[in-house]
Parts: sequence; structure tokens; C-alpha cells
Amino acid sequence: MIQKEAEKIFETRELNVNMGPQHPATHGVLRLVLDIDGETIVKVTPYVGYLHRGIEKLGESLSYFQALPLTDRMDYVSAMSNNIGYCVAVEKLYGIEAPERAKFIRTIVGEMSRIANHLLWLATHALDIGAMTVFLYCFREREWILDLYEMICGARLTVTYPRVGGVRNDVPQEFLDSLWKFTDEFPSRILEYETLIDQNRIWLLRTKGIGVISAEEAVSWGMTGPTLRGSGVTYDIRKHMPYDAYDKVEFDVPIGTEGDTYDRYRCRMLEMRQSNSIIRQCIEKLPTGPVMADAPKFTLQPKDAMMPITHPTKEVAYFIEEKACKGCGMCMRACPAKAIFGEKKKPHKIDQALCLQCATCFVTCKFKSMKIIPGGKGLSDEKLAELAAVPMPEEIAKAAEHLVKHFEFIKKGPKVPEGELYVATEVPKGELGFYFVSDGSGKPYRMRLRAPSFIHAGCLPRLCVGHLVADVIAAIGTIDIVLGECDR
Amino acid sequence: MAVTEVRISIHIAGLNPKDIAEKIKEQFPDQVIEVAEFRDQVSVIVKKDQIIPILKYLHDDPLLSFDHLQDLTAVDYQKKKDIRFEVVYNLYSIRYRHHIRIRAQVPENDPKINSVVPIWAGANWHERECYDMFGIVFIGHPDLRRILMPEDWEGYPLRKDYPLQGPALENDWPGFTEVLKRSKELREFEWEG
Amino acid sequence: MLIDTSTVGLVEVEEGTKILPPNVIITTLDKVVNWGRLSSLWPTTFGLACCAIEMMAAGAAHYDLDRFGIIFRGSPRQADCMIVAGTVTKKMVPVVRRVYDQIPEPRYVIAMGSCACTGGVFRTYSTVQGCDTFLPVDVYVPGCPPRPETLLEGLMLLQEKIRKERARWSPWR
Repeated sequence: MIQKEAEKIFETRELNVNMGPQHPATHGVLRLVLDIDGETIVKVTPYVGYLHRGIEKLGESLSYFQALPLTDRMDYVSAMSNNIGYCVAVEKLYGIEAPERAKFIRTIVGEMSRIANHLLWLATHALDIGAMTVFLYCFREREWILDLYEMICGARLTVTYPRVGGVRNDVPQEFLDSLWKFTDEFPSRILEYETLIDQNRIWLLRTKGIGVISAEEAVSWGMTGPTLRGSGVTYDIRKHMPYDAYDKVEFDVPIGTEGDTYDRYRCRMLEMRQSNSIIRQCIEKLPTGPVMADAPKFTLQPKDAMMPITHPTKEVAYFIEEKACKGCGMCMRACPAKAIFGEKKKPHKIDQALCLQCATCFVTCKFKSMKIIPGGKGLSDEKLAELAAVPMPEEIAKAAEHLVKHFEFIKKGPKVPEGELYVATEVPKGELGFYFVSDGSGKPYRMRLRAPSFIHAGCLPRLCVGHLVADVIAAIGTIDIVLGECDR
Repeated sequence: MAVTEVRISIHIAGLNPKDIAEKIKEQFPDQVIEVAEFRDQVSVIVKKDQIIPILKYLHDDPLLSFDHLQDLTAVDYQKKKDIRFEVVYNLYSIRYRHHIRIRAQVPENDPKINSVVPIWAGANWHERECYDMFGIVFIGHPDLRRILMPEDWEGYPLRKDYPLQGPALENDWPGFTEVLKRSKELREFEWEG
Repeated sequence: MLIDTSTVGLVEVEEGTKILPPNVIITTLDKVVNWGRLSSLWPTTFGLACCAIEMMAAGAAHYDLDRFGIIFRGSPRQADCMIVAGTVTKKMVPVVRRVYDQIPEPRYVIAMGSCACTGGVFRTYSTVQGCDTFLPVDVYVPGCPPRPETLLEGLMLLQEKIRKERARWSPWR
């Protein structure tokens, strides 16, 4: 009786706590609802979708060339590796292959992005667990890598440097020298981080034995990448299905044994060292040659031939010839600056003050009533009409043809054979898969992105059960999710 | 050290994907509709009724051993084919390093298919996403609700007849339109200049 | 005791502020309050997508934000501005509005990145075309993502805006 009384007084209930979508900006907008009994977790329910931007549906309305920048914004921490995954998949779909030099350059930037990703992972994981110094140290290295990215392509974060068929432009020699110096110094920096936390008692207590998962379970839950390799499964796509130059360099893959947070941490630290050695080998073996595949139907041609018209210092004006214009209104609808006006079936006119000289109207007009007048910027309409009567000089005509072909390639895309394809690449977070269904036109019929972060976020309930609330933070850090990729 | 560095070999092993397709045809002759091949990858198109025995056979058979479900998604062939949806399973064997793709046809008037969560636990969130984006119901799924869109969203975004820019503002998600209304009302309290 | 300004040397440092050396400053209450507010602008962390990484890079050691007095606070109740960094989706809108409502006045909003300004690349069913549809925005920082220096320029612009405010400290508005 007294027992029952005591139980009633000390009756405990499970508490339902919300770790809302807004928490310190490390992992993005992830919402967790924890059912806790005291401090122990009974159930975790993750809610994702707060960053769902509709990339898959958007990709269906853009051509293969235009959908490339969308992949940058998925895993924004290691943007180069997403681009490489997309390019490898679309190249296989087209049936073309990148030249050797481009493959080696892509391997170099892919491994650099692996290092950048692991540095950010370490910074935020350590910051969450409490080691704030590591955050500032890792950002110091990351700034170095981002400076190197800026040297080759001008952008720090959302680079769109790897292109279908190769890379955008060749790397300057000063980039390779700078990168060689980076690889000389980087191992000592990794040693610095390891000295700070590797044998630290607090770190060991907070990561050993947390989030343990066995090998079969991890494979069944769909884990890939270092999250899976920490449990002892030897699955690395760079070795199983090699792409780019990974079959020409020698490297080891770290595999763990326990399957806990500490092993996954050690796997990623050793991966950074391996990436360093891969970059060094690639710089030594870098062959000479072109950086873009020689497939004029599938790759974007260089823009030099269009320069007589499109260069900003060329003062061209666009003029509609009254005799040839049928008044169909297509150019009026297409103009982004709304500079064309006119009624149906009557010749249209361009307002030169609003015109951006972007050539969209020139490309849209099917009746060839558009004239490009060199040196015509700022002249009055009558003067332009006079100059339009003169036939176009040959170099302008050639440049105009090139311009039209360029437009068609980007807007409509090349003709791709019908079929479907699944290609996986090893991004720093796991396995990024692209599943394309092509219906013969230049736009993908279905573009599916299999994101590793989505699957790993689904494994959170399995990893956190039975642990304390503070271990949830360590578990989120160890699965290394980025919500841009998870939600797409 | 608990974590060791292993030199994994790159040799390509495993069965030819066409042989795997033949094996499936032998085991389930009346379920296989077609075998398609493109760029060295083989897809087997099957009916949806016996999908669980087919996938269980692929998972458990010691010579096939497809333990890794790479991807589970759906495609909407709106007018191009008679049967509207296809649920696509991309499978990979880590041990033998071979890959196969199974496509199960799901008609529009009965968009239901059995869930494969008992075989691969990771299919849980994949199937929830298919339900969210296409409206395909997975029978036997432990917790089928929307995952990427808000829970009370109407419509299935990735279907081909759903507009890219979404519904018009009047028919939009009530959570969003209510906040817009409230922020208009609260605008009179904002600081001006 | 009144100071006879004709005999004692008053130095006009800038328009409206006079100094009586060594340690007496004569100025308006507006200037003092605005100077205090702009020199210690504490944003609440609201990183949503890629721009959050550039915001973190701006806060790290290379492009230090702490030298401007900017410290990131975890809770909106302790902050006085909000940097919306990244794409705002319709599912997230009630959450953003709720965080904004919790910030005590005077409060400011910086829309960082193309997605927060106008929806960016994503003109789809689930993306809000600009966070100014439901929030009053003070400074727009464009870019995809904007460099940390651009964000710093945006914060400087916000500081200029605060400097020009009049009588925001008073209850008689």
C-alpha cells in the first residue's frame, strides 16, 4: 500500500521537448521533437522540409546545362563535389568523356572540397560539444581553401567550376604552386587539431560509446560514407565504381571497428590526411592537354566568336526593320527589359533607352527582321534605319550565327538519347546519386538527387535512443547533415 | 588504434547485370514485363503485386546479396505510358559489386504498393518522400505522412500536372496566408523613418 | 553654475557635437543613443541555407565581426537585429515571423542573399519570393552568396541608418 502511495507521489511522465528549427546556425533548419524520460531519450522524431526548395521539379523545366548551378546549392559546404557528381552523371548520359587533364583537375578540386567539408564538420561538431577553439582554427584553413577556389574560378562558395565535359577553364600555375604549399603545411595543422581534442578526456567521454550502430544495421538503414565506414563496412565508391582519376592515384580508406562517434571522427580525420596525399599525387601526375571535351554537340563552345557583338565595349544597337517585321509579338514577350512595343500585325519598335543589348529578341525572331548595327548605341531611330539598310558585315553575320547557336544550346539543350541512368559518386558526406530519366529532349524528364544527408537524418531515431539529451547534439554532429542537401 | 586504413582493391567483380535479370526472370516468370538496358545498366520492369518476394529474393540470395538500397523513388509518366507511375528501386551489392534496377508499375486509379521497410529499414524516409511528392500509398509503412511539405499541404508537387510555381495566392497553404494577413495588420506598429 | 562659452574654449568636433576639453561633451540625446545602439548591434543567429556559411565565415577570425561590437546571440529575446540568411520556404514562414516578433524593439532586419531578398534562383511552389512579403526589411544584401565583405558593407549601411534615426528612444512617437 505504501509502495503504491509512493509510486503515485513520485509518478513521472515523459516530457515532450521541441528543439526548434531555429537553433545556432550550424546545421540549418532541423526540427527535433524529443520524448524524454528524465534526461534519457525515449523517442526522437525529426522534422525536415523547412528548406525544401523544389530543386527536382525546377530541374525538369531547365536544360541540363542550366540545372548545373542548382546542384551547388544543395550541399553548400562542399560545392565542387556536387558539381562533379552531376557532371559525371550527365557525361555518362551523353556518352562523352572528359579529357585527362580535366579529370585530374576535377579530382584535385573534389579532394579539396572533401578537406573543406571535413574542416567545417569538425568546426561545428566541436563547437556543439564545447571545444570553441577548434572552430576558429578550422575556419583559418577553410579560408585558405576558399582563397584557392577564388583563384581558379572567382567564387568562394557556390562555384560552378566543373562543367559537363570537363572544367570551365584551365588552372593557372600559381594555383598549383599555392596548393603545393598548402599540402606541405596541412598535415601539421591536422596534428594541431588532434592535439587539442584527440586524447582530451571530455571529448572521449562525450564521443566514445555514443550512437553505436553495427555494420549490418548501418547498411540496412542506408548509411554511406564515413558514417558507414566507422562501423566497419568497406564501401567507398571511389574504389568500387571509380570515376575521374581515382583509379590512377593510390590511397587508403580508413575503416573503423566500434561504430561509435569516436570512430567516425577518427575516420574523417584520417580521410583528410588521405585527401592531402591524393592532391599531391594529382599535382605531380597532372597531364597537359585540353580541359573541355571535344564534343561540339554536347559542350558549350567558347564565346570568342561572339565577341564582335557581345563584348561590353562594342557599341551595338538592335533595330527592327519595318519591312520585314510581321508583328507577331514574340520578341515583345521575350524581352526581359520590356523595351519593345507595338500592336499586333503592325511592325514593332525597340525603345533604345530601355534596351539592354542582350540579344534575346534577335534569337527569338523567326522572320529575320532584327538587325544588329555596330556602333549604333545611342543613335536616333532615323539614323539607325539608314544604317540598317546597309547589309551586315561578314564578321557580324558570323558572330550572330554563333550567338543563335549558343542560345539554342543553353535554352533547349542538346538532343540526348532516351533512357535512364543512375550514377553515384562519393561526396564527403556519403553517396550522392543522380537518377536521370531522359525522354530524348534537352531537358531531363525526371531528375532525382539521392542525398546522403536525407538518409542519415532518417537514422537519427535509431542512433539516439537510450542516450541523454546532450548526446543528441553529438549524434547530429556525427552524421554530418546539411539541410540544403537533405531537403533539396 | 580502432580505426585502420585499408587499401581496397579496384578490381571489378560481380555478375553481369543481364545475368541477374535472367535469374529474376527464372524465379518470377509471370511478374517480369520487360528488361531494358542503357549504358551498361539493366532495369527490370515488373508488376507491383509480388514486389516483396522479388526484393526479398534479391536481398537474401547468397549469390546476389543486394544489401544496399541505393535509392527508392518514383517517376510520373503521365501520358507517355499506359500505367502512370513507376516506383524505381536501385539496388547494389557491396560484397559482389553489382547493380540492378527494379521498376514496379503502379496505376493511377490504384496508387498503392507494398512497403519494403521490413527488408531495408532505410526505405522508411524514401517511401515517405514518394508519398509526399507523388501520392503513392505504401501499404504496411509504419508512419506514412508528409515529410518535405507541411503536413496539411494539398496536392502532390512532383506530379506532372502540378504547376511549378505552385497554387495561386488565394489557394495557398493556410499557414502562409495567415502570416501574410497578420503581418499586414501589424504593419501599423512598425517604425517609420 | 553656468559655463561662459565666450571665454572657455569650445571645440565643435562634428555638426551638433561640441567638446569642452578635456572631458565634457555637449551633444543631443539622439546622437548618444544612436551611437550606443549602432556600436553594439547583436544579431540573432538565423542562418537558413548557404548564406549561413558565409555569415559564419564573416564571424570567424579572418573577417572578424567582433571588432564592430557584433556578437551573435542565441535567443531572439536578447538580440536587436535579425539577419535572414538563406532561402525562406513557406513551411518556415510562421517560424521566421515568430522569431521576429520575439525581438524587443528597436529591431532591424537584414535580408542577406538573393533568396532572402527576392526568392533567388528558386521560383517554385515552396519558396517565398523574398522575405519582405511578411517582414519589414531595413537592408538588402544581394549576392549568391554575398562575400563576407559584402555582409560587412550591409551592416555598415544599417549602422548609417541607425545613426540617422530621430527620437526612437522616446515614448512619444
